Amino acid sequence: MTDVVKLGVAEGLSTVQRSLWGDVWRQFYKHKGAVVGVVVFVLIGLSVFFGPYLYDVDPNAIDFRARNLSPNFEHPLGTDNIGRDTMAAMLAGGQVSLAVGFLAMVIALLLGTLVGVLAGFIKALDSPLMRLTDLFLSLPLLPLLLVSIMLFRDPLRTLYGPENGIFILIVFMIGITSWMHTARIVRGDVLGIKEREFVLAAHSIGARRRKIIFRHILPNILSPIMVSATLGIANAIITESALSFLGLGFPPDFPTWGRLLYDGTKFIQITPSRVIWPGLFIALTVLSVNYIGDGLRDALDPRLRGR
Amino acid sequence: MIAIPTLFVISFVIFAILDLAPSDPTGHLPMTVPSEVREKIRLSLGLGEAMHVRYYKWCIQFFVNEPLNILQQTLGVTIGDDENRTRILSWATRSPVVDLIVQRTPQTLWVVGLSYVLGTLMAIPIGIIQAYRQYSWFDQIGTFVAMIGFSVPTFFTGVVAIIIFSVQLEWLPMIYDTTVEVNSWQNFVLQFKQMIMPVMVLALWNAAQLSRFMRASILDNLNLDYVRTARSKGRNERAVLLIHVLRNSMIPVITLIALGIPHIFGGAIITEQIFRVNGLGQLLIIAIEGADIPTVQTLTFLFAILIVMFNLIADVLYGILDPRIRYD
Repeated sequence: MTDVVKLGVAEGLSTVQRSLWGDVWRQFYKHKGAVVGVVVFVLIGLSVFFGPYLYDVDPNAIDFRARNLSPNFEHPLGTDNIGRDTMAAMLAGGQVSLAVGFLAMVIALLLGTLVGVLAGFIKALDSPLMRLTDLFLSLPLLPLLLVSIMLFRDPLRTLYGPENGIFILIVFMIGITSWMHTARIVRGDVLGIKEREFVLAAHSIGARRRKIIFRHILPNILSPIMVSATLGIANAIITESALSFLGLGFPPDFPTWGRLLYDGTKFIQITPSRVIWPGLFIALTVLSVNYIGDGLRDALDPRLRGR
Repeated sequence: MIAIPTLFVISFVIFAILDLAPSDPTGHLPMTVPSEVREKIRLSLGLGEAMHVRYYKWCIQFFVNEPLNILQQTLGVTIGDDENRTRILSWATRSPVVDLIVQRTPQTLWVVGLSYVLGTLMAIPIGIIQAYRQYSWFDQIGTFVAMIGFSVPTFFTGVVAIIIFSVQLEWLPMIYDTTVEVNSWQNFVLQFKQMIMPVMVLALWNAAQLSRFMRASILDNLNLDYVRTARSKGRNERAVLLIHVLRNSMIPVITLIALGIPHIFGGAIITEQIFRVNGLGQLLIIAIEGADIPTVQTLTFLFAILIVMFNLIADVLYGILDPRIRYD
């Protein structure tokens, strides 16, 4: 609570100044699930991105003498069927999974906000853009994702290399198939806000349209955008692991949590822990992100504040 | 009425994605196959014509020929020239795609349909109790469990269920065996056993999603004036909750249930893959892996039809259930 300024007036009368974000933070802090979510998410993020510096085992190093080991001192999470270290694979896989989730969310958010603001602000574009949104909503997304990955995998591989190609493809495909809900919410909010007096005032002093959008409308629709950002990360992580689980995601030597889970299911009777760890981390990440989203929604809703 | 043009646009989008994509159906043949033979194979698959001609042909096959065939089979009469009617053929098996789909549908409907029904039946009472006793221990636990059920993907819960019940305890079979015919008590038990895991995993996931909506919807209604009126009339709590509140809260929930039906087919792709159920989802995965474009096209479009159809049903249902909507 850094923004609390005490104004000591005579006789000890004091007023506490509160800023908007201070209020949001206080409300967010009250939501225990959300705070735990932030802690867990930060922990996972830190260990995945900085863990490899402390635990520098090559996830692709093959050691046939140490196959299918259960957890021991040398391999904290055991090894897989060709002796690769599971812990190193988990850390490397986590980087990819989180990066996919984050980047796909950014693409979806940018697209959704763009479509939503355009549809809400420019009347001529409203109907066609909303039809487009409806069209995207009625596409069978998972089958289409699978199909497009099958079709575009090879050309992108030759263009950008086997790993980057599939990474770009998956991030891009998840991004352009999950912007619709954001667009709808943003459009609804923009429609409501653009009729308000302060927008009229901005118009009347001659502010340009772009200025009005960036200065007056976007800050006011930030809260639904932030909430859909968290949901977007969760959705993207689940979609990526589902694709990898179906064998149509990342290649086997390029571990992600979904891919590790998929590879682990074949050895479920020998080393069940190979399934448990990646699944547990997918679940924990998504759960914590969802809780953060829940807390944010409550914190950003002024009607709930102060309860 | 916007549904019909939407469907045509979607069918064209799916066709175009599959067609414009840089993939060659003869690409996975051995290198020793000479290029003239490759060209002949491509021609025999119907790839010789321009794109719009093929799209037109596919539309005729899908919208006219296949429905006529189904009519013929159900009615048992011959309509028109059924010998020369072309059908959508799978590249992999050279049999009509619709026949493959008809073979696969019962498994999907049994597993997925049953889990959806069960999930709904679980979610409604749980949501009611949670909302009525808001912030009680039941509500707290229910919200937490729903959050977990909502966040943990089915491909993890399913695999964990397999580890516990098939690998460790050896109670239930790991793989769904479709050849089991229910003709004796033993086979019935077998069928029941192998259905428990896939159905329950999917049902819990559905229940987690629906119970959240159910709870929110009841909470929205619980403090409204008509509830107070009903109470002050002297109706007992049971009647107030189950007759007055429930009927009004079910309006959005029912439309959500209708909207969710097509998406469970998408979700079933994953569940069928975990438990090796040979349903529609598995057919799609096999077709995708084998680059069997006609099968993929037809299945994807079928999913799209389901989505559009249930959107329409949800709209109509909303109008029927809530007369206020109709005057808008």
